[in-house]
Amino acid sequence: MTTVSHARATPLTDPRILQRAILDSFAKLDPRVLVKNPVMFVVEVGAVVTTFQWARDVAGHVTGNAFGLQISLWLWFTVLFANFAEAMAEGRGKAQADNLRKARTETMARRIREDGTREMVPSSALRALDLVEVGPGEFIPGDGEVVVGVASVDESAITGESAPVIREAGGDRSAVTGGTRVLSDEIQVCITSNPGETFLDRMIKLVEGAARQKTPNEIALNILLAGLTIIFLLAVVTLQPYAIYSGAPQNIFVLVSLLVCLIPTTIGGLLSAIGIAGMDRMIQRNVIAMSGRAVEASGDVDVLLLDKTGTITLGNRQATQLYPAPGVSEAELANAAQLASLADETPEGRSIVVLVKDKYGLRGRELASLNPTFVPFTAQTRMSGVDLDGQEIRKGAYDAIEKYSSAFGQPVPKEIKDVVQTIANTGGTPLLVARNRKVLGAVQLEDIVKGGMKERFDQLRAMGIRTVMITGDNPLTAAAIARQAGVDGFLAEAKPEDKMALIRGEQAKGKLVAMTGDGTNDAPALAQADVGVAMNTGTQAAKEAGNMVDLDSNPTKLIEIVEIGKQLLITRGALTTFSVANDVAKYFAIIPAMFAAAFPQLEVLNVMHLRTPQSAILSAVIFNALIIIALIPLALRGVRYRPLGAAALLRRNLLIYGLGGVIAPFIGIKLIDMFVAVLRWA
Amino acid sequence: MTAIGWFQIGVFLAVILALTKPLGVYMVRVFNREPTILDPVLRPVERLVYRLTGVHEHLEMPWTDYTTAMLLFSGVSMLILYLIERMQKWLPWNPEHLGNVTPDLAWNTAVSFTSNTNWQAYVPETTMSYFTQMAGLAYHNFASAAVGIVLAIAVIRGIARHEAETLGNFWVDLTRCLLWVLLPVSLLVALVFVSQGVVQNLKPYTTVSLVEPQMVQVTGADGKTSTETVHDQKIAQGPVASQEAIKILGTNGGGFYNANSAHPFENPTPSTNFLQLVLIFAIPSGLTYTLGRMTRSPGHGWAVWAAMAALFLCGAATAYWAEAQGNPLLAGVNQAAGPLQPGGNMEGKETRFGIASTALYATVTTDASCGAVNGMHDSFTPLGGMVPLINIMLGEIVFGGVGSGLYGMIVFVILAVFIAGLMVGRTPEYLGKKIEAYDVKMAMLFVLVGSFTILVFSAFSSVEKSGLAGISNPGPHGLSQLLYAYSSATGNNGSAFAGINANTLWFNSTLGVAMLLGRFFMAIPVLAIAGNLARKKITPESLGTFRVTGALFTTLLVSTILIVSSLTFFPALSLGPILEHLLMYAGKVF
Amino acid sequence: MGVEVTVKKNLWISLWMTLVTTAIFGVAYPLAVTALAQFLFPSRANGELIERDGKLVGSHLIGQPFSSPWYFHPRPSAAGAGYDPLASGGSNLGPTNKQLIDRVKADTAQLATENPSVPVPVDLVTTSGSGLDPDISPAAAEFQVHRVARVRGIRESDVRRLVAAHTRPRDFGFLGEPRVNVLELNLDLDFSFPRKK
Repeated sequence: MTTVSHARATPLTDPRILQRAILDSFAKLDPRVLVKNPVMFVVEVGAVVTTFQWARDVAGHVTGNAFGLQISLWLWFTVLFANFAEAMAEGRGKAQADNLRKARTETMARRIREDGTREMVPSSALRALDLVEVGPGEFIPGDGEVVVGVASVDESAITGESAPVIREAGGDRSAVTGGTRVLSDEIQVCITSNPGETFLDRMIKLVEGAARQKTPNEIALNILLAGLTIIFLLAVVTLQPYAIYSGAPQNIFVLVSLLVCLIPTTIGGLLSAIGIAGMDRMIQRNVIAMSGRAVEASGDVDVLLLDKTGTITLGNRQATQLYPAPGVSEAELANAAQLASLADETPEGRSIVVLVKDKYGLRGRELASLNPTFVPFTAQTRMSGVDLDGQEIRKGAYDAIEKYSSAFGQPVPKEIKDVVQTIANTGGTPLLVARNRKVLGAVQLEDIVKGGMKERFDQLRAMGIRTVMITGDNPLTAAAIARQAGVDGFLAEAKPEDKMALIRGEQAKGKLVAMTGDGTNDAPALAQADVGVAMNTGTQAAKEAGNMVDLDSNPTKLIEIVEIGKQLLITRGALTTFSVANDVAKYFAIIPAMFAAAFPQLEVLNVMHLRTPQSAILSAVIFNALIIIALIPLALRGVRYRPLGAAALLRRNLLIYGLGGVIAPFIGIKLIDMFVAVLRWA
Repeated sequence: MTAIGWFQIGVFLAVILALTKPLGVYMVRVFNREPTILDPVLRPVERLVYRLTGVHEHLEMPWTDYTTAMLLFSGVSMLILYLIERMQKWLPWNPEHLGNVTPDLAWNTAVSFTSNTNWQAYVPETTMSYFTQMAGLAYHNFASAAVGIVLAIAVIRGIARHEAETLGNFWVDLTRCLLWVLLPVSLLVALVFVSQGVVQNLKPYTTVSLVEPQMVQVTGADGKTSTETVHDQKIAQGPVASQEAIKILGTNGGGFYNANSAHPFENPTPSTNFLQLVLIFAIPSGLTYTLGRMTRSPGHGWAVWAAMAALFLCGAATAYWAEAQGNPLLAGVNQAAGPLQPGGNMEGKETRFGIASTALYATVTTDASCGAVNGMHDSFTPLGGMVPLINIMLGEIVFGGVGSGLYGMIVFVILAVFIAGLMVGRTPEYLGKKIEAYDVKMAMLFVLVGSFTILVFSAFSSVEKSGLAGISNPGPHGLSQLLYAYSSATGNNGSAFAGINANTLWFNSTLGVAMLLGRFFMAIPVLAIAGNLARKKITPESLGTFRVTGALFTTLLVSTILIVSSLTFFPALSLGPILEHLLMYAGKVF
Repeated sequence: MGVEVTVKKNLWISLWMTLVTTAIFGVAYPLAVTALAQFLFPSRANGELIERDGKLVGSHLIGQPFSSPWYFHPRPSAAGAGYDPLASGGSNLGPTNKQLIDRVKADTAQLATENPSVPVPVDLVTTSGSGLDPDISPAAAEFQVHRVARVRGIRESDVRRLVAAHTRPRDFGFLGEPRVNVLELNLDLDFSFPRKK
């Protein structure tokens, strides 16, 4: 597991992305597409109207029609800029989809017939429940479960991670993905999906944005924007009668300009780009969100359920200390512990070997001469060890060793019992080591909390998010680790049902819950959670149940996912606020300009001292168009997110985007007015 | 402007502040059906009402039923008012033998009083009998005020309840509001008014002999002017105090007399004037506390109160300043404030009230949807007159009409929460309730109905012959008159730039439509929001929750209101009052 | 409950509710207030009428027109032909209305002739909101002292003393404005300094 995000993102300035985005901006002018975005649709209608009027003016030889042309052009630019924003947001996804498509190229598969014979078929002919055989160097032809064998698999096509992963039959590491390549060994795979429905297919659709549906928040925001658009439409349409009453009727260019400046084009133009970019940011961190809804929900999460192992603590417990029994030397215990662990390939076993080597200078020995018989761990004995030279060396959990020793009249010494108790109380796990059924001492295994987790949890707490640690440990151990890690709560001796009950309980209190999981038994909880992140290494069932898949299989990433969700929502809110706040300045530019001729007294409202009425209106329209372009990077990158409480966050953002939104256009329009003067446009 | 004038405004706000909590708590008790000291007297009456009307006291209503009941009650009582007006000739207490009200006027008046607007297209002294005033108009002052209050209570319940289908029982809320809230205060206030000189009798009008008979020019029906000597003055009487109390308390504003609260019999002294101001804001201000208390977030109630208070102060200060400046076109007239005179723009104002009390009254009556006036807004300076106009355009949410002010404000709270709430990185939440598409849709509908009605009708009138015919003050002021008329009708305010000749088919009908839209088509979306909110779960508060308390939220709320509303109306205002102001200082007359 | 049932049921309740509450709030309540008012404040409840020589000559609260130089003049009135309580109301002329400006100009010019040294107090040339304003400002009274004293042939200080007697300060020292009740002042003037017939 790595915590590094991969540099799979193509930079936005990539000429291919830019080129495609520019072309798409024009394709998106199609009113059938644009009508889904009411704000920009109104702008397009406005552009059509002014263009038509300009054409008529030209045909009718009306003088001074340069103004009309410029307004029309800038209105078209406004629409194009908005389209460009969306196209840019989609661009990276599209580029990535192209790469993924390459992985989907047709391969030949060896299908195993019912009678056991093999036949070669194209991968597109495979159906669910087909059995195929894949050998070294071959591509896995479709999504499935390994049913026979173990193999190392290169999944870089999907995850971008070059280190191979192990896939084996049975257990939680049996899922393989179509398009990945077997590096060594041969496996049989039971195909689980039909062509066109594979994980790769779905991923392509997701990154392309083809399957994108508007999220609940986006829908609500769209309603708000549509409502505001109607209100401003009313304000502008009714302004003409008032103007006629006042004896200063306006021409169509001016009215359309006012309308376009007032309706929230900034956020209207960037809204879908923000959403797409949010998904994209997930993808850049190797998280595939199955829906935008899931991304949005992750911003709302109140409770994070984090598995202890691998998330809060380093993957595994490690041996940290030896406690010899009375009358046993530390060296003797170390020696026995090492022997008992030499063949133990579990992380715990290895950590004992490492500890003994570092602390007691005992190096691994060549045991072959001693004719050892390694005794593996079994569920029955719950011990492992080695028999050599007539010695029986065992290590195991307290219960197991106690049973094993006391059955032969060798009770566990009281001192060791005390040590075991102390270790358990402090969150460690005690192992006992025995030779010939005599207890030699205890080994302390401890969970090592990952560096920086406490700070992370503090940040989350400041954001109002509670973290709950899920562990199979007993409550005592769990409490100790929870304390050490700084989580807000824990669920000890957790069974899948407990996890489920916890999620339901929190949800009943109105909270949103996020969790990660990889096992098949996690699936129900993943489905129940509001944000369920399945590990890519996990089972197919887990991946189906969750609404996100982490290709890096890094459970810590849940925290990043929450941040991305929040960032997405903040970006939307910030740009909406900015957009609406902009209107104040535009009024002060356009209203005096409209009526300056009829009522020079209204010039006092021209606080920006824009030079001429035409320049004022043109400057406002140009500002309105350029601000979209100017904000594209922000929309795509997202507003900088800081893990702060709501009040601090709101104050900060209101200041920047609210107050800033009021002030910025005053400056911007004034500057543009000066440029317009220099360029002699109006 | 004088220090005493500012002091009066300050004292007024302090009194309102002091009343907010006690009144708010009292209303919580009334609507939660908790015991109050009035129970021994009122409880038997309440039970009698339920028995007579067939109301099941313990039935809870979903928002749809609540709305249905509200609409039916308003419709039926409106019809009965119409019938009373049409038959007053044959009904008791008509000492002046006034005839039946004409159908179109009766209709306009029925709509107007049922919708808590109290727009008056008639001269009451010569149109309405005492019975019509009491049983028709004053009664509707009670009923429409109670309807407004209970709607606000239903909305508050919608916010406070969770995973609930119902909002309470309309009939029970209505009855309790009438008996516990409106009746006791009205009774008390009516007597205080009488003690100050507000008349209360059922006598015929009194004729007195003028001390100095006057020669006056009279224009006869044939258009010829002749000179007549007037010896007498006929003084209109009536049961004024009882109506005045509820007119003010229920933010109704329909005057017993044509001059409304400028009339010395309605508002005889600066003290009664101050009492009226306090009563207009009393219930709306108390309701903010009720909101805080019932939603278990007193801080939120106060934050809303603070937003209202801030907007009130802006308005009051602007109006006072503008009126104190006087009219620059009046050359040779002393308009400076001094120890012997208030100075300023005194056209349309009473001497006893002067500038401060009148500017304050105009602000208060339009912050609320009251519409009572103690001076003529039409004769205010352009900016002084713009304050009431903007207040109405904001939706009368600055304390606002009884109930309607609060629920209008809640719509803005929802919009503010939605726009800015995203900026804390969560789906916007209002007191633990997620604000979603449906809520936003209804909130926008509310705003849209208001803007649409005001803008479209006045725009149409500003270019249409029948609309233009109503204008009495030409130039930009005429546009203000039209805007004011439709804003007032839509906002259910009822005050006017009263020079407008609105007793025509065009205005009676369009203003009537505006009043109905402004009352009922704005109440329905709000109740829909309430019903929807009631169903939602409450997300427990955390550090990540958007707070609807404190100065930051108040600032946000005020900005949202100003930006959303004023942006809508700024173009219209710039051609009305703003232009008139600039032209006035340029020396232009029309 | 179906929609129809709801509507039907609530329709009946609406009707009964309107009738019952009208009886309480539209009839019983105003009659109760009337009874209490007539009992507690009989003069106030009936308009504070002024009787002189067995004849009603006005109300303390309602202004009356005066135009001869013998009397203090009230403010211009837009109520009917002037101070007509059946047509209470203001001029409703806007601040930029030529009619208003012209009227004020004319009134100002006329008043300036009788007291050219002092600018005309604004309330003397503007109509009130009710058209029945019983008061003028102390400044407006002071403006007329000279004329009344001259016409009546009495000392200005005597007139000022009467004006002061009929000047009411602000309520509680801060509400409203100081004002002079014109009808009361003129009645007192006639009483204290009867015109020689």
